Amino acid sequence: MNIWTYTITIGILTFLSRYLVTAYSNSKTYSETTKKVLSYVPSAVFPSLIFPAIFYKNSSLVLFSDEVLAFTVAMIVSIIFKNIFLTVISGISVYLLITFL
Amino acid sequence: MYQSISTSMNRRKIFFQGIKDVLPLNIPVVLFGVFYAVLCIELGFSSHFAIATSLIIFAGGSQLIFITLFTAGAVPWVIFGSVIMNNSRNILYGAVFSRYIEKKNGLWKLILSFFLTDQCFAVSNQYLKKNYNQKFSHYHMLGSGITVWIIWQLSNLVGIWLGNVVSDQLSLNFFVAITFLALIAKDLGKLDHFLVILLSAICSLIFYNLPLKAYVIVSATAGIILAYILNKKFKGIFK
Repeated sequence: MNIWTYTITIGILTFLSRYLVTAYSNSKTYSETTKKVLSYVPSAVFPSLIFPAIFYKNSSLVLFSDEVLAFTVAMIVSIIFKNIFLTVISGISVYLLITFL
Repeated sequence: MYQSISTSMNRRKIFFQGIKDVLPLNIPVVLFGVFYAVLCIELGFSSHFAIATSLIIFAGGSQLIFITLFTAGAVPWVIFGSVIMNNSRNILYGAVFSRYIEKKNGLWKLILSFFLTDQCFAVSNQYLKKNYNQKFSHYHMLGSGITVWIIWQLSNLVGIWLGNVVSDQLSLNFFVAITFLALIAKDLGKLDHFLVILLSAICSLIFYNLPLKAYVIVSATAGIILAYILNKKFKGIFK
């Protein structure tokens, strides 16, 4: 299999994962409970994009690191201000400061 | 005529709102875009290949999995299996979005689905949840989706032309984590959402080393099951 066959196949697989359910399900497909449960999707999915990125380094769990410290600051800012921009800026600023100072 | 001017302004306003909302989430997109292009070149792929994969696949995670596994000599089913597992969360995003765009025609569904990235889902879900009855609310998703697409392509070009402008000392995943943390922050204060977040977080840490990056869908499924139980068994407590 050449590399372009891989590329196109992965392109199709990725598109289908985005398209099939988006296009072929609708509110009639879902019960009230399902609709309610779907409102938890961000809370169920996003932690898996967040926590391993902070607490894993080279496949090992790390509880104390620059990332954990900056993440803790950002977490406090996010809980207090509930503002995306402030959270991102505070987390990144602290992280850059710790890393390069 | 006045109506058509106001309609077109309304569309434009919602479209630009989508752009504005998604911009803060693009810091990691830029860093990853540069990193992806640089890695492609370092692994011996051509710059055309780097650009083509971003145009055709348009999914940073899947692209990274693809080039690293391909270079390592993985067999096709491992590559495709890893990509499918990595993309499985898109199915959940699609299930949420389908309600918002169910009245749109096939072409709209095709276009909007192509742009359904984590960042686009995150901001447009918040907007559409409140405004999905508006006629042109889907323009928000179009605005946020196109913005991520353009920034991803441009950052690839930066990586190809300028080389690695991102310090090796930095953890790129950290930037992704921080932006998504900002998005769930307001839900941390609600007990039901907090419990779902906590369970998903614990599962993602426990199952992180599962093959094919299965931890994402395993954690998400655990969170969804808990959400179901909370809503079914403790209806009165969590409204």
